[in-house]
Amino acid sequence: MRLGRAGLNGLGLLVALVTLFPIFWMVSTAFKPATEIYSLTPHPLPEHPTLANFRTVIDGSVIGIPYWNFLRNSLFVTLVAVAASMLIAMLAAIALARFRFRLRTSYLIMLLIVQMLPQQALVIALFLDFRRLGVLDSLVGLTAVYTAFALPVTIWMLRNFVAAVPREMEEAAAIDGAGPVRIFWRILLPLVAPGLVATSVFAFIFAWNEFVFALTFLGTDTAKYTLPIYVQYFYGRGSVDWGGIMAASTLFTIPVMAFFLIVQRRMVNGLVAGAVKG
Amino acid sequence: MVKTVPGPPGPGLQDPPPGRYTARERAAALIRRRHLTPYLLLLPSVAVVGALVLWPAAQIGLFSFQNYGLPQVIGTAGTQWVGTANYTAILSDPEFWLSLRISLIFAAVVVPLTLLTGTLVGLLLNRLGRRMATFVSGAALLAWATPAVSAGVIFVWLADPDGGIVDWTLSRLPPWLGGGAHWVNFSWTNAALPAYTLLTVLVLWQGFPFIAVSVLAGLKTIPPELHESARVDGGGPWRIFWRVTYPLLKPIFLVLLLLSIIWDFGVFTQVYIVIGELGNRDEYNLGIYAYDRAFTMPPSYGVASALAFILTIVLLIITVGYVRASVRQGAIS
Repeated sequence: MRLGRAGLNGLGLLVALVTLFPIFWMVSTAFKPATEIYSLTPHPLPEHPTLANFRTVIDGSVIGIPYWNFLRNSLFVTLVAVAASMLIAMLAAIALARFRFRLRTSYLIMLLIVQMLPQQALVIALFLDFRRLGVLDSLVGLTAVYTAFALPVTIWMLRNFVAAVPREMEEAAAIDGAGPVRIFWRILLPLVAPGLVATSVFAFIFAWNEFVFALTFLGTDTAKYTLPIYVQYFYGRGSVDWGGIMAASTLFTIPVMAFFLIVQRRMVNGLVAGAVKG
Repeated sequence: MVKTVPGPPGPGLQDPPPGRYTARERAAALIRRRHLTPYLLLLPSVAVVGALVLWPAAQIGLFSFQNYGLPQVIGTAGTQWVGTANYTAILSDPEFWLSLRISLIFAAVVVPLTLLTGTLVGLLLNRLGRRMATFVSGAALLAWATPAVSAGVIFVWLADPDGGIVDWTLSRLPPWLGGGAHWVNFSWTNAALPAYTLLTVLVLWQGFPFIAVSVLAGLKTIPPELHESARVDGGGPWRIFWRVTYPLLKPIFLVLLLLSIIWDFGVFTQVYIVIGELGNRDEYNLGIYAYDRAFTMPPSYGVASALAFILTIVLLIITVGYVRASVRQGAIS
């Protein structure tokens, strides 16, 4: 099978268009009036584009709670979890990249394994624990869980970034009399900053998208829902309003996509760990 | 060397004679002498991961040997150890075997499909021009970036019996392609086979980009001369792939295979959305079934924990392979 330049490009275009179609259909549906959504012949593009679907989502006229409420919940949970996991992961990454000690490799391997534990299994025990502690319906409990589950990957990613900073720079600063704290703020942190951003974005995407824990912990307290649970609730209500669901889904999805495109290459490297290390 | 952060400080500096220093200084000296710094730095992560990930995992194991239901939760009865009763109950439960079968078949179908599609797209990306490659990988990344919940509702809408574009398209296909009027108002979600067909496309759509991008990253590490000389020697694309590309990328394929199995065997959110939350019991996979036993009234946390434990063990066995493959690749040094 020898394809010319044109054949390859045609194939590439086909792959790209097929891949983009579901996303295109989500956005397109979100802008369609109900008559076009449910018409017998589908309209690829909205013929009479409308913002009505977005309006019902944002002012909350369907389920009684405006979109901002869920956005605020999601932002709170996500930002606090990102900040907490970055702080904890940074400390661990320094230990794992800069010190030699017993259990170092064991800890790294433990993190790899922990990352693969199924969340729908652990949620059962966490639900019972949180119920006993009285933090079930709280965003704080959810934030703590997101911090913990973001850690294995973020520690791994940050460790690689810290290890990539040449040790000699820190040693030179130490010879000049800088203490560990000063070396961290003035040497290590600025050099690791790009890696820190990439790692935070990873943690952000995880917490922003997370479904099982939010679904289980937040129960029937609709006002506390984060965006993914809100989209699911909107969808599961029975009388299906696809325009509204697609509008809500669009508002929920676009921020992740933007972030994803920013850090794509580092994400791949982080996930395949060493396998792709050239 | 006066004093460095990494590594132990030189002898003499960290051993002040006791008595002449404050408690704080003595503690700092102790930390340095015993090389406690890395352990202190790890402490927060150990505490958080231990309390919120490892402890719940251990609890699942414990609960699976207890009778733990509604009376135990509200406190009208205590939990009792019931030995392996939960497990024997599961083994004679047809719903368990059905859900296990669904999980296994789904992984057996989706994993090869995802690997194949992803590899082909990765090979394609490697041969495309710069701008076209950016466009195609950008499109793939958007599919990958789509949150599971969004992907779920999008595909349910695409395959909706009233107004969905899938049924509309299929009903207009010529009969020799399987099209026809029987697709009008066809429901994809109220039986296991169509639901998991839809889920196959959905998980394939979300899963192939990662494979493609990883394979591409691997291909970039192969010196182009290798392929050129193979081509000069008269090798066709098929032969070159199996004789040159595949052996060099084998470690990557192994990691991708194991990751795909872990993800597809444990898929939850997309299934939960497509089968319409809980209730359609003949459409459960193993994870959904465990979840259902815990969170549908009346809850049976003991049985649910046993199911969750089985799921966890299966995934851990595959994870061990994944970790070994990663270690062999030098990821852990």
